Amino acid sequence: MNINDKLNKLKYNCDTVSHLIPYAADCIECKSKICCTICPAEVYEWDEANRKLIVNYENCLECGACRIVCEKKCINWEYPAKGKGVTFKNG
Amino acid sequence: MDKNKIDVIVVGAGPAGVSAAITLARADKKVLLVERGSFAGAKNVFGGAIYVEPTREIFPNFLEEAPIERFTTEHRYALLTKNESTTISYKTRETTKNSCTVIRAKFDRWCVEQAQQAGAYFAPNTVVKKLILDRGKVVGIKTDLEEYYADIVIIADGVNSLLAKQLNMRKTIKPKHVALSVKEVYKLDKQTLEERFNLNTNSGCIYELIGYPMDKELGLGFIYTNKDSIALGIGIGLEDLRKHKLNINDVLEELKQQPLISSLIKDGELLEYSAHLIPEGGYKHIPKLYDNGVLIAGDAAMLVNNLHWEGTNLALKSGKLAAETAIEAINNRDYSANSLSLYQQKLENSYVIKDLKTYKDIIDNITPRAASFFGYYPQKIAEFFEIFTNVNTKPKKQEFRKYIKSWFTDRSLRELIADIFIIIKSVIGVLK
Repeated sequence: MNINDKLNKLKYNCDTVSHLIPYAADCIECKSKICCTICPAEVYEWDEANRKLIVNYENCLECGACRIVCEKKCINWEYPAKGKGVTFKNG
Repeated sequence: MDKNKIDVIVVGAGPAGVSAAITLARADKKVLLVERGSFAGAKNVFGGAIYVEPTREIFPNFLEEAPIERFTTEHRYALLTKNESTTISYKTRETTKNSCTVIRAKFDRWCVEQAQQAGAYFAPNTVVKKLILDRGKVVGIKTDLEEYYADIVIIADGVNSLLAKQLNMRKTIKPKHVALSVKEVYKLDKQTLEERFNLNTNSGCIYELIGYPMDKELGLGFIYTNKDSIALGIGIGLEDLRKHKLNINDVLEELKQQPLISSLIKDGELLEYSAHLIPEGGYKHIPKLYDNGVLIAGDAAMLVNNLHWEGTNLALKSGKLAAETAIEAINNRDYSANSLSLYQQKLENSYVIKDLKTYKDIIDNITPRAASFFGYYPQKIAEFFEIFTNVNTKPKKQEFRKYIKSWFTDRSLRELIADIFIIIKSVIGVLK
């Protein structure tokens, strides 16, 4: 099953600003781009043409794995603002 | 007195937070329980099942009144290879009430209602941005809207605990100190579910899935049965995911193709996909648990016993002990670290820290042998049953000899010796 089909089942209240802010200069230097591999919601994509990380924060499941696994420890990871983000009904 | 001043603020309405709040409210202390979700449980994910006795300690009426799914009467341990499975099942009496499945969005909400009835104030939709400090003492919280002040703040904000981080009460969490878990919940009509899992009306079973496709990693799978849904999930050490460059959702998809698993979730309608971190650092990585005006409980304090799949019970207990400590501190008007160190003593005297101490080396022991325990042995057990159950034209003795020999020739003998050594070391570590 495609990840987007799974995420479509979830209830999100999306904010207009991201609660996940990687430090762009560190991302360019980062060799592994491990966030792009690890995130269970595939929030992160590396845009090689523009040499920057695309953050689809709207899909975030708020687990925190990216923050811990980031080799540069460069993701400013906050909880979404009040009332925003994912709501689990079957957690 | 400041209108925003209260005895205790509890951050996070999971089991640790709600247990702390209700214990304080019952002692007539003024307590504010804040939760970032729009309701208690909105951001919470577990397997899962809660344990009856530890839950009853906080909520004596929960068996009669709380939204419970099914009481666990059977534990099935399934060793998986890609196409085979060997299952050992322990079925207890139908009347056993040791653990039960719950859905957090319903159960946590019920728990908070109990705390509110006992007199706690509840503030959902409230994100704590940071703790307010005054001369080295935590004196309150800053939310996105307002500031609230209290004599004591109990941090129960979960595994990521940004507040414990702010206070430097714990070291940076490393990938090897957490597991990433994902879960899918499938709707199955009650009758189909009960027939498929061989269950009575209120009984449930838990599958512990060992082996494929987590055959090189420190990881396990699970299935829990709810009233009319099942939860299928896996948890894998974040360090192993990182090292092997694995996306956990891909691993879950592989698991769903395994014949035993695909038959159990067949025709189920996917209701929800979720992810959560599990603190796995154990005893060695428990943060500093108290400081001036502050206590830490639950996942934020890394209180998880991964071997026994315990977490909510340790959260409930630690929340209660944190509250009892706070009550004494309030009565003595002493909110210093010295006064709050009572919490540490209480935890050490309880099963919480005693059990974590018992298992302090297990993960470190098993980690280097993961491919062996979760890959090789499930495979060898499947091979044995294949030989034992297959009738062909070869003499049995020849087959068995070949099989036994394979244990010593498949791999270097050193591997087998290392495993035996680790098992002995772990057993001694637990029992000494």
